[in-house]
Amino acid sequence: MTAPAKPADLVTVNIDGKDIAVPKGTNVIEAAKLVGVEIPHYCYHPKLSIVGNCRMCLIEMGMPAVDPATKAPIMDPATGKQKVNWIPRPQIGCGTNASPGLHIRTNTPMVKDCREGVTEMLLINHPLDCPICDQAGECKLQEHSTAYGRGYSRFIEQKNVKPKRTQLGPRVTLDDERCILCSRCIRFSKEIVKDDVLGFIDRGSYSTLTCYPGKQLENNYSLNTVDICPVGALTSTDFRFKMRVWFLKQTPSIDTESSVGVNTEVWSREGVLYRITPRRNDAVNDTWLADSGRMLYKQVKAADRLLAPSINGAATGAQMAIKAAGELLVGRTGPVRRDDDATSPAHRAGAPYLGSVAIVGSGRSSVEEQFLTKKLADAVKASVSLVSRVGQGDRLLISSDRNPNVRGALVTGLTTALPSQKLAGLAADIDAGKVTTVLSVGEDLTAAGLTTAQLAKVSIIYLGTHQNATSAAAKVVIPTLTVFEKSGTFVNQQFRLQKFAKAVPGPVDVADDLITLAELIAAAGGGIIPFELGVLWETLAAEVKPLAGLSYATLPATGHVLDAAPWAGLPFCEGETLHFKPAAVPAAANG
Amino acid sequence: MSAPQQRRLIFAHIDEPGYTNDLACYVKHGGYEVMKKAFARKPEELIDEVKKSGLRGRGGAGFPCGVKWTLVDRKSGKPIYLIVNADESEPGTFKDRYIIHQDPHQLIEGTMISCFANNVKQAYIYIRGEMPHGARILEKAIQEARDANLVGKNILGSNYSCDIFVHRGAGAYICGEETGLIESLEGKRANPRIKPPFFPAVLGLYQCPTIVNNVETLCHVKHIADFGGEAYAKIGTPGNTGTRIYCVSGHVQRPGYYEFECGKITMGQLLNDVCGGPLPGRKFKAVIPGGSSAKILRFGERFKGKRKVGADMVDYDWGVEDVPMDFDSLGMIGTMGGSGGVIVMDDSVNMVEALANINAFYSHESCGQCTPCREGSLWMKKITTRMVHGEAREQDATLLKSVADQIPGRTICAFGEACSWPTQSFLAKFNDEFKGYPEAKKTAKPAGATPLI
Repeated sequence: MTAPAKPADLVTVNIDGKDIAVPKGTNVIEAAKLVGVEIPHYCYHPKLSIVGNCRMCLIEMGMPAVDPATKAPIMDPATGKQKVNWIPRPQIGCGTNASPGLHIRTNTPMVKDCREGVTEMLLINHPLDCPICDQAGECKLQEHSTAYGRGYSRFIEQKNVKPKRTQLGPRVTLDDERCILCSRCIRFSKEIVKDDVLGFIDRGSYSTLTCYPGKQLENNYSLNTVDICPVGALTSTDFRFKMRVWFLKQTPSIDTESSVGVNTEVWSREGVLYRITPRRNDAVNDTWLADSGRMLYKQVKAADRLLAPSINGAATGAQMAIKAAGELLVGRTGPVRRDDDATSPAHRAGAPYLGSVAIVGSGRSSVEEQFLTKKLADAVKASVSLVSRVGQGDRLLISSDRNPNVRGALVTGLTTALPSQKLAGLAADIDAGKVTTVLSVGEDLTAAGLTTAQLAKVSIIYLGTHQNATSAAAKVVIPTLTVFEKSGTFVNQQFRLQKFAKAVPGPVDVADDLITLAELIAAAGGGIIPFELGVLWETLAAEVKPLAGLSYATLPATGHVLDAAPWAGLPFCEGETLHFKPAAVPAAANG
Repeated sequence: MSAPQQRRLIFAHIDEPGYTNDLACYVKHGGYEVMKKAFARKPEELIDEVKKSGLRGRGGAGFPCGVKWTLVDRKSGKPIYLIVNADESEPGTFKDRYIIHQDPHQLIEGTMISCFANNVKQAYIYIRGEMPHGARILEKAIQEARDANLVGKNILGSNYSCDIFVHRGAGAYICGEETGLIESLEGKRANPRIKPPFFPAVLGLYQCPTIVNNVETLCHVKHIADFGGEAYAKIGTPGNTGTRIYCVSGHVQRPGYYEFECGKITMGQLLNDVCGGPLPGRKFKAVIPGGSSAKILRFGERFKGKRKVGADMVDYDWGVEDVPMDFDSLGMIGTMGGSGGVIVMDDSVNMVEALANINAFYSHESCGQCTPCREGSLWMKKITTRMVHGEAREQDATLLKSVADQIPGRTICAFGEACSWPTQSFLAKFNDEFKGYPEAKKTAKPAGATPLI
């Protein structure tokens, strides 16, 4: 056999008779996954250190036989292949790394016996309260018990009694009787968040997971312990008893908290959101998500949600609102003066003219919305500014740029400069009377430094999801959708284009943001632009150079990294976070 | 055949009238002379002597000490640590305690020679939490040695510096397991580490190469350095060199510690001739030869097979009394020499109750890290405890065996074997008693009997 030359770091291992080349050092659980063999495990987690304590992943391991003296391979005359020396004791899959010629068997009576033994041991002191346990349906112990449990119990003794319903922190509830002591949560707190508050007390089967006295599991990543808990010991206080997981639909989404762009899974049923969990992306967030990002679904049903269009505070229909907004954007009176001459009679008469509109775009809009916002701005020759949102980065999954899509605005050309915190230029233009209409895409202008007096001077069109001072001051309010109610893409701090999908329908009187923007463009005389996502992407790919050749449908679940070179000189505010190191910025750009 | 004479090497001065544990007394008896001579030699030579001596670890596993020292990673550039395992906790074992209490300088000298041989700059004595007196004695002895420049910086002008620190455990059997001990020494819970990758010889204390040796083993090193490896290897039998201390406890006339050449005495000679035989009117029933985790032997059973004597294979047909007390012979008959703790039980002992006691110990001492041992040890304890409290069922024997069979070989450390071997062997050898226990329990306990666990 003439095998092609392999890269030096690949080794061939044999799992249940199948050869596979894997990078050297890959652990057996991961290698087996590649050949479609599942090795059950509890304590092993790909992103945490290996402790090998659950003993569920025991496998048989062997190495090719060599003559101890000559190092020549010993052949098996029966098969004509090199003999394999099997180790008589089972080995843990998680702690065994791929080395050349490694042989693994996962389907032997010994392996089955080990798994059954461990399963029985784990179940004897387990409360077996699946009918009232939140983890049921996504519980590894439950799954493996159906495969390796004996179906009845030989245990007639008293089960161990441990604390129930302990509040480990503001968001996590602990049931110690369900705990199988895998220590994933302890390792997560220690290794990932570096907030080493969890630990075991007592010994042997009485070992009990607990929090350090006087401390709480209250860091912003505490709910990840719930995700990685293989059983129902750690449950989310928020999600507890809300819904059976098998009723929930999963939709891939993106965390909008910051420019990290954590990949998420949104869980809903019949149009109602129940929880948000992380979706694995090894280049962005591994398997983690901040607690704050999990609470964002609550904004959908918030009391201050804008649910219907309004003109001057009075509810109206969508078409009326679009028409009113269009009139504000291009002026309702006669032939439009296309000059900037402040001394012209038309201007002195107060008639709006092209160029008197300012658009405040948003780093929270999707790439598609930013593209349409740009089209709208072009149509009415509006100036565009963006508002920055800067906070403290946590060096993990929340960056200092709290806008999820500033880079999208750069890519689509909505802006060429980085957003500023205060709209000083706009304020000056309003004071000077140059700007008479402001369209804000979800940005609260008062938060961006504009005074109520300045807001009163102009006609405001507000496109947004929730009420604020700007929506209150706006002439026309057109409600928009939250990230959970629409589809689109964001560009994160790595210039990674990532997509999110609609999980639930929006409020009944709220149109899709793309439709709203396309209608506004049409009303402003900008022509007909497609608003259906797939068709719009054809335009995007054709008109936006960095997006050439891409489409929404074929964008991989883990995203696509765009060429960041055109913006390399910009002084982005992000510091280091997981899987992201800020590029060195020329000193001049920082000044 | 009467028993051979004791050969007291390690215990030469134990219980000697007038012998005290201070430095002056030790030096008067020739102390630290071996160390001075050893420091004049090359470290590699000393390692070679230990290899030639065939010395096997006295902590329980009987791993060749020379091999252990060769496995140490000397190329990493990291410091090498030596840890004296003085966490003597195996039930039935009480040899290290006497060395520490009565002859601490012998341990310090052996340790210093071993440190010098392995280029160790810092050694720790990890002493069991329940031995505060021993810890105090060691602290005092090390201070004496430090004051005399036998320990510390530039020892006796040799340019070699090494210090010893005493670290007290907090009272857990598992701290005797070398990687558990290392974790504990680092200030963590004594959860044994997985091997691979954490072999102490490569990634031990603070992730540096580490040698962990038993107290008695290190004392033997002193004598090896004294006699030379080859001369030492002539003591005992091939493969089981040197002397061995047997700690005999239980139902014999004269329990205690006895030091013999390894393999030169049989179980029968030890129990009958040396320890004076069974108590009046009793008969030996069973013996655990190497600490409570070793598999039990039943008097009356026969062991047959072939063994190597010199170059030949010879048939053997032994009763318990005929078994030579060395690592290999005891291993051949399915048990182990272990830590040398010989626990004798006579016909007054009910084996179910004895096992209930042992199981209570092991379930209490399981660290709780890995599943089979954590759950299995407590399950076995719960079964045997229930049995002795009057709710024994006929199927309990089969259940116990099945539980015990799910533990050994599947755990992180050897505690899995330690906690399941008693149950496995008790059931294999005294199955009748377990099967018949529901009936046996109907006979009432005599008044004044000790309450059961």
